[in-house]
Formats: sequence, C-alpha cells, structure tokens
Amino acid sequence: MRQPVVDWTIDFDHFDPRWTENPFALWSELRGTCPVATSQRFEGGAYFPMRYQDIYDIAYDTEHFSSQRIVVREQKVPISGMPPLTSDPPVHTPARRLLLPPFAPKEVAKLEPRIREIVSSILDALEGREEIDAAAEFARDIPLLITTDMLGVDPSDAPLFRKWIQALGTDSVFSVEPALKAGIEIDEYFLHYMEERRANPGSDLISYLVHAEIDGQPLTQRHIIGTLTLIMAAGTETTWSSIGSSLWHLATHPEDQRRLVAEPELIPTAIEEFLRAYSAVTMAREVVEDTTVGGCPYSKGGQVLLSYSAANRDPEKFDNPDKVIIDRAHNPHAAFGLGRHRCLGSNLARLQLTIAVSEWLKRIPKFELAPGKSVVWSEGQLYGPKELWLKIK
Amino acid sequence: MNDEHEPRYIISVNPDRCQGHSRCCMLAPELFDSDDLGYAHVRGEGIVPSELVDKAKLAVANCPEFAIIIKKV
Repeated sequence: MRQPVVDWTIDFDHFDPRWTENPFALWSELRGTCPVATSQRFEGGAYFPMRYQDIYDIAYDTEHFSSQRIVVREQKVPISGMPPLTSDPPVHTPARRLLLPPFAPKEVAKLEPRIREIVSSILDALEGREEIDAAAEFARDIPLLITTDMLGVDPSDAPLFRKWIQALGTDSVFSVEPALKAGIEIDEYFLHYMEERRANPGSDLISYLVHAEIDGQPLTQRHIIGTLTLIMAAGTETTWSSIGSSLWHLATHPEDQRRLVAEPELIPTAIEEFLRAYSAVTMAREVVEDTTVGGCPYSKGGQVLLSYSAANRDPEKFDNPDKVIIDRAHNPHAAFGLGRHRCLGSNLARLQLTIAVSEWLKRIPKFELAPGKSVVWSEGQLYGPKELWLKIK
Repeated sequence: MNDEHEPRYIISVNPDRCQGHSRCCMLAPELFDSDDLGYAHVRGEGIVPSELVDKAKLAVANCPEFAIIIKKV
C-alpha cells in the first residue's frame, strides 16, 4: 500500500491509484496550480513537467538531462544499458544510425502482409465469442509475434518474452531483483542465438547485429544484448497498450465507433488522435547538471518523469486537449517522443495499430465494455489496459 | 514579384530538425518522401502545386519537430 498523496504539486506519485485510473483528470487539475510537480518519494527528488514546451526543451537538452536512467525509481539502481535508448551523445549517434534502416518506413511496409496475417489469425480464433479480453487475447500477441519474427526466433517463445518484459518493467520499479534475475535469463537466451547466427546468418535482426560494425569495430556482446533487449521490450507492451487504448476508446464512444466503421478512410487520422490522447510511453531523464527549464530549477541527481502523454494534453499546444476528436487535423503529437530519441519503431507501431483497429472493426463493428467486468490499467510509466473485457454485439 | 493572384509556395525539410516521425510522408506523400534511414525530404524542388497547398500546410502543422519550412514565393 502506497502512502496516500496529500499535495500532488510537491508529492506526486505516478503509482497512486488515482493516477492509474485517470491521469488526465488529475493533470488537468494540477496544471492550474503548477506546471512542474515534484516529489521526494524517489531518490534524488523527482520532477514531473506538464508543459509541452518544457518537455520538448528537456528532450533536446542532452547536456543537462541524461537518458541513462529511463525509469523513475524509488532507489536508483546500477545502469544497465539498452543502446541507443539509454545512450547519450556522442555514443548515441552511431548506435542509433545502425538501427534506423531496418525500421525505416520502406522496410517496415514490407511487413504489412505478415501483420495482416497475424491479426486475421488471432481474430479467426476469437470468432463466435461473446466476450473477449481485447488486451490479453487480441492486442498482446500482435507485437510479440512480429518481434519474434524480426529476431528470427521461435514464435512459441512469445510467453517467455512477456514474462521478461514484465520483470524488466513493472515488476522492478520497487525492487531490482526481478530485473536482475530476468537479465541473467535474457543474456543466456540471446547469447545462444548470437553464437548460432554468427555461424549461420539469416535475414533477421540478431544476424544483422552480430555482423554490424561501428567505426570498423564489431559491437560488444553487451551492446548487442542491450539492443536486443530493447527491441524485445520497447516495441511490444507499448504497441499492445496502444491497440488496447484505441479499442477501449471505441468501446466507450459508440459515435466514434459508428463513424470509423462507416468512414474507414478516417482511420489513419483517428489513430494519430488515439496516439496523442492515450500515449503509452512515459520516459525518464536524470539531471546531470543543475539547470533551469521554463523558469523552473532542476537539481543535479534529480529524476525527471518525461511524460509525452502530459505534453500531448497541454492546452497551450492542443485545442481542447482532453477531448478525443477522431478527425483532429492539427495534431503534432509527441507520442513517439521528441528529438534524437524519437521511437525507433514508430513506423512499425503505427502500422500494427492501424491494421489491428481496421481488421477488428471489419470483423467486430459493434462492441462495448462487458458489463460487470472492470478494465485494469497498467501502472507507472506505461499507459494502456492490461485487461479489457469487451462484449461483442 | 508574382503577377498571379494565387500565392505560390515552396517547402523544404530542415535535416537538422527532422527526426523521422514520418508524419509529412503520411499526410502528403505527393510532396514528401523518406530515405533509407527514415528521414524526410521533399520530392523534386519542393514547389507546391496549388491543389496540394492545403496538404503542405497540414504537413507543416503536424510535424512535432518543427522541421518543415514553407515559404510564399
């Protein structure tokens, strides 16, 4: 049980049930009082900026804000790198460049038939059901199966990935043990494949990384394992959370549901709006030198909860930000981050999200929240339903 | 400068700002394309045909990195 929050401006807690249930109402209230909330619950003190401009400035200021710690924790733990996500410049630049080609729009577009096939086969298996947990039974397997494909590993390892992703994320915020234990298993798992792909390369990402070079030098084993861990973890729960949030929105807004069924050409615009309004990812930075952003001081050693979701709800940037407008034309959202750490998999995530929502609506054009069953939301730095029971009409 | 009533527009992408969000390429594929790393550039000289002016402005408004420049010529 967490200590209840009395004053959110100086004691924010992104694990408080109020935040988990409806962060947007809370932030909207908070914005009126103060643009940057703080908290001493987290080692070194934590900051939660809510203005789009501040979040933009922090994302760009790699001199004062390091990416090496991407989770705001009660106790800081030793840094385990997942390059390039946890890299700062100058190391960041070549590590990222290496990964850009396989995730560029033209490469990702080639995966479209496979994504459609995965989504269709999941929907086939759900045919005839009256109630579906759209998070666990639909959304979750889509990015997991695409990821096992891209890594060239056995799709039946997807549950193993799911276990590790949970251990690295939500399970390890308050204690580092689950992450350390999972880390040992992950090392062993990927080392086996790396050795195999060195000898027998294929067209998968493990083969790509074991044969890649930066400045004429092969990557270290730690670098490769870190990057593979990143690919496994960063692209999966974020994508399934976004698919889940989109379906939750449509289940709770029948007028939007009807409109997207009638006007499927609107789906891409609606998807960008779902990404804005229900951004799955909150990142973190560590203050490495005292500085000021937007008139507010940030002290060395502090942890910054870098919420792209809060940026996307800033009324100074977006008209009527708490209203989901599925044909919103002016929508420069930051759901995939800002600056040099822009989500590497954004093109892939967007494609999966679009196909998942389109195919769902084709097969299941009418649905609502299943009566008597609650929706369970993820906690902390991830937003999205982890349990979403829908009644098919 | 220009005798016509309709203003003409020219667009460009600032490569120092583009981070590869691909919003412009999705909103106005007639005007923008992306390279092998996923960074955007304008097609041709960046001259916007009059029927695509709205799309060009939409791309400018939706770029989260302020990377697209539009100029009246």
